[in-house]
Amino acid sequence: MSETATAIATAASGVQQFLTFRLGEEIFAVEVAKVREILDVSTITKVPQTPDFMRGVINLRGGVVPVIDLRLKLGLTRTESTVNTCIIVQEILIGDETVVLGTLADSVQEVLDLEGLQIEAAPRIGTKLNTDFLKGMAKHNDGFLMVLDIDRIFAAGDFQSEPELQGDAA
Amino acid sequence: MKDDFAQAFKEEAREQLADLENSLLALEESPEDLGLVGRIFRTMHTIKGSGAMFGYDDIASFTHNVETVYDLVRGGELAVTRELVDLSLAARDRILAMLEASETGGAVDAGLNEQVIDGLKKLMPDGCRGEQRPAAGDDRQAGGRAEAGGRDKGGSALATYRIRFRPEPAMLCRGSNPLSLLRELQELGNCTTVAQTGAIKTLEELEPELCHFFWDLILTTDKGEDAIRDVFIFEDDCQLSLAVIDDGSGQDEGGGYKKLGEILVERGDLTAEQVAELLGARKQFGVLAVEAGILGPESLAPALLEQQHVSGARRQRQEQGQESASSIRVPAEKLDVLVNLVGELVTVQARLTLVAQEFKMHAELVNVAEEVERLIGELRDNALDIRMLPIGATFSKFKRLVRDLSAELGKEIELTTHGAETELDKTVIEKLNDPLVHIIRNCIDHGIETPQERLAGGKPRGGTVHLSAVHSGDSVLLTIKDDGAGLNREAIRAKAIERKLIAQHAELSDKEIWGMIFAPGFSTAAKVSSVSGRGVGMDVVKQAIDGLRGTIEVESAPGRGTAITLRIPLTLAIIESLLVQIGADRFVLPLSLVEECILLSREQIDRQHGRDLLQVRETIVPYLPLRRIFKMAGSPPELQQVVICRIQEKRIGFLVDWVIGGHQTVIKSLGPMYQRVEGVSGATILGDGSVALILDIQAILRGAELETDHSLGILSKDDMA
Repeated sequence: MSETATAIATAASGVQQFLTFRLGEEIFAVEVAKVREILDVSTITKVPQTPDFMRGVINLRGGVVPVIDLRLKLGLTRTESTVNTCIIVQEILIGDETVVLGTLADSVQEVLDLEGLQIEAAPRIGTKLNTDFLKGMAKHNDGFLMVLDIDRIFAAGDFQSEPELQGDAA
Repeated sequence: MKDDFAQAFKEEAREQLADLENSLLALEESPEDLGLVGRIFRTMHTIKGSGAMFGYDDIASFTHNVETVYDLVRGGELAVTRELVDLSLAARDRILAMLEASETGGAVDAGLNEQVIDGLKKLMPDGCRGEQRPAAGDDRQAGGRAEAGGRDKGGSALATYRIRFRPEPAMLCRGSNPLSLLRELQELGNCTTVAQTGAIKTLEELEPELCHFFWDLILTTDKGEDAIRDVFIFEDDCQLSLAVIDDGSGQDEGGGYKKLGEILVERGDLTAEQVAELLGARKQFGVLAVEAGILGPESLAPALLEQQHVSGARRQRQEQGQESASSIRVPAEKLDVLVNLVGELVTVQARLTLVAQEFKMHAELVNVAEEVERLIGELRDNALDIRMLPIGATFSKFKRLVRDLSAELGKEIELTTHGAETELDKTVIEKLNDPLVHIIRNCIDHGIETPQERLAGGKPRGGTVHLSAVHSGDSVLLTIKDDGAGLNREAIRAKAIERKLIAQHAELSDKEIWGMIFAPGFSTAAKVSSVSGRGVGMDVVKQAIDGLRGTIEVESAPGRGTAITLRIPLTLAIIESLLVQIGADRFVLPLSLVEECILLSREQIDRQHGRDLLQVRETIVPYLPLRRIFKMAGSPPELQQVVICRIQEKRIGFLVDWVIGGHQTVIKSLGPMYQRVEGVSGATILGDGSVALILDIQAILRGAELETDHSLGILSKDDMA
C-alpha cells in the first residue's frame, strides 16, 4: 500500500497498518508505510571497524544499502541465517535525511491493522528489551506485539565507528 | 524562443563579466597595457550591444557610460589609475546586479548605479563628460587615425586584393627575381596567380634577358595593404596596381561573388556598354566576350580566377563561422545523467566479462566481451573528460577576493597562481570553491601581517598568497601558500587544552598540532573580525574535503608562512583500482597509489619475528596486515601478497590474502550510516553483484601510525578522546 493511501486510511479511522516479524521468540511490528520491500538474505559485505550490529552492505539493484542486525541492536543474540531469515528494506529518517536501510528479521509474519488506541506504552521492566526503541505494545491474538519506533533506533547516532578507531579526527 | 536567447545572453554576459574582472585586475597590475584596455572596451561593447538587443536597456545604457570612459583611455586621453579600476570593478558588479535583478524580478539600487557613473564622469577630462563628445580636435583625429592604422596592421579582418604586377622588362638584368616576390605574396595568404604570357614574342624576336611576363594575382590576407606593398618595396620601376575587392566585412555577401561581366568592367578590361551588349546573347558571358573579339583570352582567365577565388574565400569564411559554433552549451544535469549511465554500464560490463570467462570455449562471446570492454573504457574516459574543466576560472575569482579583502584589512597582498589549466571534474570544482574561499580568507586575515609588522620583521611590505594546482596520479594537489606569520604553535596548543581537545601535558607532533585547526569551532583569533575568527571555517573545510575523498596537509614555519595542501581526486565517479581479497571479502585500492605487488610466504613472515617489515630488493618496507587491522576471522593462506603503495613519499605495504587484478571502480557512497568509518571511503558493485569496499589506505596508515604512538606511550588514550 502506498504511503498516501495509508495516510488516508489512518486519518479516516485512526487505523494504521503494520508489518509484523519475528526476532527470536518475540513478534515485532513496524509501520508498513516505512517498508519498501522484503528481500531474501544475499551476501552481506561487512565494513571493517564497525560495531557488530552493523552487519554490512548489500547491492540493491545497483545501489549500496546498509543492513542492520536488529536483534543485536535490541540486546538479543546475533541473527543466524536460516531459510526464513530476510531483510526488511525500510526508509528511515536520520537527522533530516531519509536513508534506505535493511534490517534483519528471523521471519516475516503478516500485515495487520492496529488502531492507535490498541497500542499501549511499554512497561519499563519485564520485557527484557531496551524499551527506548519501542513505541509501545499491542495485544494480538494470545500474545503481545512490540511496536518499534524505527526512527529512534537510528536517531541515537551510535552507529558510528567505535571511538578508539576514529583516530585523529581532530 | 526569446527566453532561450535571453538565457543565452545571460550566460554569456556572466562569462563576459568574469572576463572583464580578470582584465581589470590585470590592468591594475600593468596599467600601460593597451591590449588590455582594448579588451575591456570590447567586452563592455559586447555587453552593451547584446544587452540592447535582448531588451536589457538599463544594462545597455549603464554600460555605455563605462564604455565611453574606456574609449578615452584607449585614445590615451585618460590614464589608468587605481581609482579607475576600482570604479570599473564596481561598475562590473552593478552590471551583474542588474543581470541578477532581471532574473529574480527584483529592483536594482539606482543610487548605487549613479554613484558609479558619477565617479566615472568625474574621471573624464573636461569637455568629455557629456554624453555627446564634442567635435574632436586635431590631435584626437590623429589619434583616431593612428588607431585605425594600427587596427589594420594587427587586425584580424580578412580582405581580398586584386593585384596586377607588371615588372619593368629590364628587371632581370638588375638581378631581381619576380618569382621570389610572388612567393612572398603567396606567403601572405591564400593567393591565386595568373601569369600573363601575351607579351612573349616569337623565338627569333625574343630578348632572353628581358622579362616579358606580367602577373594578375588575387590575394586573400589579413595582413593588410601595407604588407602587400612592402613586398614590392624595391621594385619602384615596376607597375603595380592594387585594389581591395572584398574587405571581409561580410556585407552584401550572398556566398558568391560578382558576375563575371562586372568583374571585367571593374578591372577595366571591358566597358559597361560592351557587357550590356553581350548580355543579350545566351552563351556564357566570358566565352561570348572572347568570341566577339573584344576580349583576349588572357584577360578572361584572370577574371574567371578572381571569381573563383573570391567565392572560395567567402565560402571558407562562412564555414569558419559555423566552426565557431561547433562547441555547444549543454546543461550540466545532462552530463551528470550521462556519467551516471556510463557508471552503470561499467558495472554491467564487469558482469559481462565474468560471464564471458565462464563460457571460455565460446570464442565469439569472449571476443564480443573484449570489444565491449574496450569501447566502454573509451566511452567512460570521454564521458568523464567532458565534465573536466580547468580550475583557472575558480582561481581568477579569488583574485578579486584577495584584492577586496586585503584593501578592507589594510594589508598589501598579492595573489599569484600557477597551474590554472589543471583540469578537474566539474562537480569537484564546484565543491572546492567554498573550502578554498575559507582557506584564502584565513591566509589574508590570520596569516599575512600588516605592512608595518612585515617591515618590522624584515619582510617586504606586501605579502603573497600563492595558489597552485598540479596533477599527481589520479589526484590534483592544490596548494595555498602564504608568506605570513605562520601558525602559532603555542596559541593553538593552549586553545586545544582550553577546549579539552588535548590533555594538559600531552606532547604532540607539529602535524597533530596543525591538525587541531580543523576541529569544530576552533579559532585562535583574539578578536572576531568581519572576515574570520568566528571559528566556523577550517572544520567546514575539512568536512568538504573529506566529502570529496580528499586529504589536507598543513605545513607551517613561524615567521615564514603556512602552506595548506589539498589532495583532491580528479573525479567523483569512476576510478582505476586494484581488486584484492581477504577471506571471503573483496576490497579495492586506488591503483594510482599502487607501485607493486609482492608475494610473502609464512616462512618469510616468521623470519621477521613479529615485525611487519619486508625486504624489497635493497629497501625495507613496512607493511600493514589488513586482516589483523580489520579484525577479520579466519587465518590467512600460506602465501599472501603485499600491495606496495606510495603514500606521501613513503612506501608502505598492505598485506592481503591475494590480489585479483585491475578493476574499474564505479564509486558508490556508503551513505550517512558509514560516514565516520575510517579506512573505507566508499563501495563498488562487482561483476557478480556483490559489494566490495573501497579502501582509504591513507586513513588506514594514519590510524596505524596513531595506534603505534599509543602503544609506545607517546600519546595517552585520554588525549585522543
